[in-house]
Amino acid sequence: MDKIIVGLKRVVDYNVRIQVKSDGSGVETDGVKMSINPFDEIALEEALRIRESGGASEVIAVSIGKSEAQQQLRTGLAMGADRAILVAVDGEIDPLSIAGVFKALAEKENAGLVILGKQAIDGDNSQVPQMLAALWGRPQATFASGVTINGDTARVVREVDAGLETVEVDLPAVLSVDLRLNEPRYVKLPDIMKAKKKPLDEVPLADLGVEAGPPIRELSCAAPAGRQRGVTVDDVAGLVAALKDKGLV
Amino acid sequence: MARILIVAEHDGSDLNSSTAKCVTCAAAIDGSEIDIVVLAADASVIAAQAAELASVNRVLTIEREENDKPLAAVLAPQIASIAGDYSHVLGASSTFGKDLMPHVAALLGVNQVSDIMTVEGNHTFKRPVYAGNAIVTVEAPEGSIVVGTVRIASWQAAATGNAAPVESVTTATELPSHTRYVGLESAVSDRPDLQTAARVVAGGRALGSEEQFGLIYKLADALGAGVGASRAAVDAGYCPNDMQVGQTGKIIAPDLYIAIGISGAIQHLTGIKDAGTIVAINKDAEAPIFEVADIGLVGDLFQVLPELTEALS
Ligand SMILES: Cc1cc2nc3c(=O)[nH]c(=O)nc-3n(C[C@H](O)[C@H](O)[C@H](O)COP(=O)(O)OP(=O)(O)OC[C@H]3O[C@@H](n4cnc5c(N)ncnc54)[C@H](O)[C@@H]3O)c2cc1C
Ligand SMILES: Nc1ncnc2c1ncn2[C@@H]1O[C@H](COP(=O)(O)O)[C@@H](O)[C@H]1O
Repeated sequence: MDKIIVGLKRVVDYNVRIQVKSDGSGVETDGVKMSINPFDEIALEEALRIRESGGASEVIAVSIGKSEAQQQLRTGLAMGADRAILVAVDGEIDPLSIAGVFKALAEKENAGLVILGKQAIDGDNSQVPQMLAALWGRPQATFASGVTINGDTARVVREVDAGLETVEVDLPAVLSVDLRLNEPRYVKLPDIMKAKKKPLDEVPLADLGVEAGPPIRELSCAAPAGRQRGVTVDDVAGLVAALKDKGLV
Repeated sequence: MARILIVAEHDGSDLNSSTAKCVTCAAAIDGSEIDIVVLAADASVIAAQAAELASVNRVLTIEREENDKPLAAVLAPQIASIAGDYSHVLGASSTFGKDLMPHVAALLGVNQVSDIMTVEGNHTFKRPVYAGNAIVTVEAPEGSIVVGTVRIASWQAAATGNAAPVESVTTATELPSHTRYVGLESAVSDRPDLQTAARVVAGGRALGSEEQFGLIYKLADALGAGVGASRAAVDAGYCPNDMQVGQTGKIIAPDLYIAIGISGAIQHLTGIKDAGTIVAINKDAEAPIFEVADIGLVGDLFQVLPELTEALS
């Protein structure tokens, strides 16, 4: 296999306490720590491991969004990606169009694998990989927790509600990865220096022939109904009494 | 009027209860007329179960050898080929539906509304984002088909007692052979299913080993409960992955949830927001789980659990 494309979305860091803006227009992102979507770090790690074991020649990190996403692409390059592409978009872009971007790039680069996260932890959509598979007409193996490449096929273990499912797909294919697939490597200081010299191209959306489709519009945003702290009991007897009180045992 | 198609979820022999929850969601859409489609190698038993669900107008079956296993690349084109008659196509927000429905949406050229919590209008829905830390109201474009997944923890199962007609449909859709099902490794258990159990007992990293996780099973058995776990407990190999509760595991809504040795990370709490009563047992009085617990007990689980199991047996 020649090339692997990996998606790196810039999202609010998973440790940040999410605040809904008081005017209900969305979630506060000003001055908030931004990071690579955690699933996408795992996607990149998997791609690097495949390359390191001789299964691919090049790993290309791709982000679609504002120019700030260059930061996340630089981190991806420091982790070990060979080059990066920023598809520049001002404002929001819908999952179907993002899938269209990945399809255009996969065809242009003749990629053998596109590895994405199982979901972006901001919108929690879990759509782009499956949509890419549909548009590209290639196999999808979602929620992967084990990947083995054998020549021009891949065997993928998937985390499903019933347990662990195994599928075999022909390459090229789309993978979406789950958290247990691997543990992403730490970036070392010299790698950050080296990453500065690696190519990071910026491509306008229009150059890929993708037109943003009709989005699902967000009308308003609110904090969820919170749960209240209840009672504290001192011991097991107190707990059993409280459960009986509520008619739960 | 809204003509709604629901994609049935099943394991080849029985209908999954998630489908009955999709029906309730669909019935909340104004003027809905609901069809269920069953794709299977042999759909007869599953279709009969679907036909019993209240508010269902018709059950369609597409029986093909290739539909024996749930491969999205195989099922999606068949669903897309009959979707033209409908205003909405819905599936459950289970791993089955999450895998399949966006593929269907892309074939139909639309975006998907993921994890529908409430229906606000024929094209307007509420859904969680940021691991449930914000709830957005979204509107799908007028004039295009709506494809969505239904957050099953937000909906009750539809009643039974109906006898909707079952019709067989044949589609000439060409199916890909580039994706092949190899097998499923499922932990066999006699305990109630985590996603539908009225009571769930869950253990975290604090259990310390697979062997000690047995304490969780003992309490669960005393209560007739299903068993859940935090991601840390699954990652450490104390229990299988299908027990994980949370943002990236199962979203559940039991009447009673007992969290034992679980700190209460945001990603875990996402999975239990809709539980009736949350009980937390943790030795750290400052653990975030206590902020959402209806009943909290500060203590060492290795002392508390045997005592509690005995008291409830
Ligand atoms: C993108 C992403 C998605 C995630 N998705 C999920 C998910 O779906 N589900 C999930 O659960 N997590 C998820 N996580 C992980 C989550 O952030 C936490 O790391 C995880 O939930 C912690 O598990 P825990 O509470 O068992 O472990 P810990 O946080 O280590 O907590 C252990 C608790 O046990 C208590 N304890 C220790 N010893 C005892 C004792 N003897 N008696 C009583 N109490 C004791 C401690 O006080 C502590 O509160 C996700 C993380 C990320 C980044
Ligand atoms: N704007 C983006 N830039 C790069 N990758 C993306 C973007 N949006 C989505 N992806 C990829 O698609 C996966 C699933 O995203 P989603 O369907 O939005 O939940 C993410 O984990 C990424 O790998």
